[in-house]
Amino acid sequence: MLSCEQATRLMSERQERPLSFSEKASLKLHTSICTGCREFGRQMDDLRKLLSGQKPENKADSSDQSDK
Amino acid sequence: MTQDPSSFAPKAGAVTDKQLVELRRQMVAFATLQLSDAHLAEDAVQEALAGALKNAESFARQASLRTWVFAILKHKIADILRGQYRSPSQSSASGCKDCGSDDDEFSTDNFFDQRGHWQAGATPRKWGSTDQLVDDEQFWRVFDTCLEALPGEQGRVFMMREHIGLDAHEICNALELTSANLHVLLHRARLRLRDCLSEHWFAAGV
Repeated sequence: MLSCEQATRLMSERQERPLSFSEKASLKLHTSICTGCREFGRQMDDLRKLLSGQKPENKADSSDQSDK
Repeated sequence: MTQDPSSFAPKAGAVTDKQLVELRRQMVAFATLQLSDAHLAEDAVQEALAGALKNAESFARQASLRTWVFAILKHKIADILRGQYRSPSQSSASGCKDCGSDDDEFSTDNFFDQRGHWQAGATPRKWGSTDQLVDDEQFWRVFDTCLEALPGEQGRVFMMREHIGLDAHEICNALELTSANLHVLLHRARLRLRDCLSEHWFAAGV
């Protein structure tokens, strides 16, 4: 069973690399019962969305949509 | 090398000289943090401003000008960083205080107890909707302050990843980090940043 520290570590790392099947499963189990870590995951998504909203590709000129 | 900001002044009512000076200051701070080289940063900012302000009068809102100018600056910085695997002004890995080794001084001890559970008071609480914050200048001011408060290399690495948009491999090359170092730095940066925003913006009691 993952600790919260390990769970947040995986939620951070999955923004840079794909998680393995067992990592995904462990993380899913942990966040299904840990509200703090569930919120952490949501907030990571929120932060990323906010920051990508600042990227030039997402501004008025939509003719250059590249995904990173 | 300094140019009179009013030489770029757009039509009256759009953006003031004072705002331009402040914008330039923010850009230099941002570029210097990313590039660790004041001269390179100044050059990048000058080019970005010169390019963007040709069209300054079409920006009715200060916020749109700022976004556009920073977008240009970020592209320039990304190009510089990608072309620069070794910069004389960058600290080597051995000189880097916070390069992500597990027992260095910027660990995640503040957030988790011995068993790896959230410390009392540190558990994340709901933020609510964040969609409208993208255009909220107050929010970004608080965000910038939280970002600047990140210790060591955390802030720089976070910005390279999330603002500039470099991928992990590019950051590791540019800063001579292992991917293990990088993951640790980003993890810590995200924990601290989230915590700071919770406390100073969302006021959800962390």
